Amino acid sequence: MAFEVIKERYMSKVNEVLLGATAENGGSRSHVLKVGGQTTLPYLHFEGEVPNKPIIAMEITDVEPTWPAPLKEMFKDVYNDPIAWAKKCVDEYKADLIYVVLNGADPDGANKSPEECTATVKSILKAVGVPLIVKGCGDEEKDNEVLGKVAEECAGENLMLGVAEQENYKSIAAACMVHKHSLIALSPLDINICKQLNILVNEMGLPLDRIMIDPMIGGLGYGIEYAYSIMERIRMGALQGDKMLSMPMICTVGYEAWRAKEAYSDGEEFQGWGEQSFRGPLWEAMTAATLIQAGADILLMRHPQAVKLVQKNITELMKSNKY
Amino acid sequence: MALTGLEIYKLLPKKNCGECGPPTCLAFAMSLAAGKASLEVCPYVSDEAKEALGAASAPPIKLIKIGVGDKAVELGDETVIFRHDKTFFHPTGIAFEVKDSLSEAELTQKLEEINALEFDRVGLHYEVDMVAVKQTGDAAQFKAAVQKIAAATNLSLVLITEDPASADQGLEACKGRNPLLYAATENNYKEMTELAQKYSVPLGVKAEDIFNLSNLVEKITALGYKELVLDSGSRTTSKVLADLTEMRRAAIKKKYRPFGYPTIAFTTAEEPMEEMMQSQVYVSKYASMVVLKTTDKHFVLPLLAWRQNLYTDPQKPIQVETKIYEVGNVTADSPVYLTTNFSLTYYSVEGEVEGSKVPSYIIPVDTDGTSVLTAWAAGKYSAEKIAEVMNSIGIEEKVNHREVILPGYVAVLSGKLEEKSGWKVVVGPREAAGIPAFAKSRYGA
Ligand code: SF4
Repeated sequence: MAFEVIKERYMSKVNEVLLGATAENGGSRSHVLKVGGQTTLPYLHFEGEVPNKPIIAMEITDVEPTWPAPLKEMFKDVYNDPIAWAKKCVDEYKADLIYVVLNGADPDGANKSPEECTATVKSILKAVGVPLIVKGCGDEEKDNEVLGKVAEECAGENLMLGVAEQENYKSIAAACMVHKHSLIALSPLDINICKQLNILVNEMGLPLDRIMIDPMIGGLGYGIEYAYSIMERIRMGALQGDKMLSMPMICTVGYEAWRAKEAYSDGEEFQGWGEQSFRGPLWEAMTAATLIQAGADILLMRHPQAVKLVQKNITELMKSNKY
Repeated sequence: MALTGLEIYKLLPKKNCGECGPPTCLAFAMSLAAGKASLEVCPYVSDEAKEALGAASAPPIKLIKIGVGDKAVELGDETVIFRHDKTFFHPTGIAFEVKDSLSEAELTQKLEEINALEFDRVGLHYEVDMVAVKQTGDAAQFKAAVQKIAAATNLSLVLITEDPASADQGLEACKGRNPLLYAATENNYKEMTELAQKYSVPLGVKAEDIFNLSNLVEKITALGYKELVLDSGSRTTSKVLADLTEMRRAAIKKKYRPFGYPTIAFTTAEEPMEEMMQSQVYVSKYASMVVLKTTDKHFVLPLLAWRQNLYTDPQKPIQVETKIYEVGNVTADSPVYLTTNFSLTYYSVEGEVEGSKVPSYIIPVDTDGTSVLTAWAAGKYSAEKIAEVMNSIGIEEKVNHREVILPGYVAVLSGKLEEKSGWKVVVGPREAAGIPAFAKSRYGA
């Protein structure tokens, strides 16, 4: 009996989401990026379409971050200058896009005003041509103010703004809708909350193809398998026709990976784990690579070497495997 | 495909003697179909029926053992395509390729490196599994290398050669170690199968592509040998991913017999980090074993971490023992943190406490391996329960203060906990990430 290839046929597909807008569409980006659109599970080109590769957004912050030494080493020349930092990521490291975290807005930190934060975002928009993802500092009230202002002042740019959560989504979803941006909907490793949040945001009038799912990952070695399985279930839901799970997925890879001791710890007592300078970037790259096997579409990353490894991995995975 | 009751009934003796328990053969067939009875209790069942029923009830992917004793590796016997459907059972075996052309000194060093690939992290111990000896010259060189390697490691062995004469010598040189013989191909399968039978070792089967693999497996099983490990011959990441997925699907969804065996994958990337990225794809997507070249600790650790994560049973969270943990050089004045015994929760707290540079005690309360919020919602993290642990674990003998730090998410418990435990309760941060800032402001690190 000769073997016959088994091809699954799914009834539906992942939404395609656009990031950024060019002048024609009211923005100022040099090009637009597209994610999603898959009609099968990750990289099974032989049975379906994988029209868009996952993209990598490199993370920068508007105030000097407290990142571990290996990251600081890579960016020490631009650590205090988000504009130069963004340029470096795009020009030197070929980041597909930039992920700006407005930590400076934190009321317990630099407490920058919404106007100051907006000015930073605008100068980054001027400095680089790639689309941007902009995230608040994590203080709900302040983020609503800051992201509202950013959305308004950068109207038409189709920024990806984050994050909307079950307890706080109205203000940011409205801002995205009115000023033509897209939204990251964050749910804590819970497929029901994920769905519910997408329904709520959609009910406010934001189209489904302007929403991304952030499933809230754990880093490699610290619960990544929970995210892996939730993401596999979300993606299966999308392919089986659940419209409220059909969004592409975005993962905070750099943030989670570099919280791991195995990534940042240096010195004698960690020699049993080998050299930190190799282990660290690989920890981040491996975190990203496992998640794209579960369907991740946008990876938010930090270390240039990790970025490069994942770019290479993606190139390999995007090659045809048709029978 | 599992057989129905009626299909099984057709294979039974139809004596209706009742010696099996149920009064009739039909009733017995129904119990068999439901998995509630076993065929042996019928004394009259024919050998043909035994074989047919045995095949039908065999696992979709055969369990294959490589090696002997403690270090033996078990491959295959998986039952699902997605870990959330149940769990993955037998972690991908990790093998390291060693060429038989290495000098004595190089060989010794390489083996030392491989033997040293053991890691401890978050209370878990990681090990690697196999050494794969690769033939690059004549039979004598191969035999000599196998002999040396067998003596230098306890890990299980893989013999990589397609030459039956060399294979014979290699097998002789490590007799009793139950190595994987890799590989039988279209050209040598008769001799290789004979050798595998003679030494009673598992046999790797390698073909040009997945279709030829299916044919080749059928030829080998027709010779009566079924201890197999499969290689479709593909070597590019994307194609290997497709082949491994197809083999897994065919075995599990269609019970397609030729692919009902474990699989083996080989990396091709030259650069060590890229090699790890490539092997990650194979670990994620169904390879039962992978053969690597890189042996440096810092490259191997991330891969082993992923393997362990992926093969964790989703139904059984990993837990830490409930006892007093000491982080840093604690004294009688050191702070005491409470958390839960869910391994991830505990180790995030431990990591942050360590990062805070304030030596401290941590007490994980047994919550059946759930996080703080989940445990609280399920009534497994109540003031009574926490107080009971605090009062019985002996913490009052370790410190001379009476102040305990409660996770911020369960601040509501603080009043009751003070009452039940007699300790002053300080509400700590909600997330472990907040611990360094909290410790700094409170204990002035
Ligand atoms: S013991 Fe065998 S023959 Fe007798 S009733 Fe049971 S199945 Fe039928």
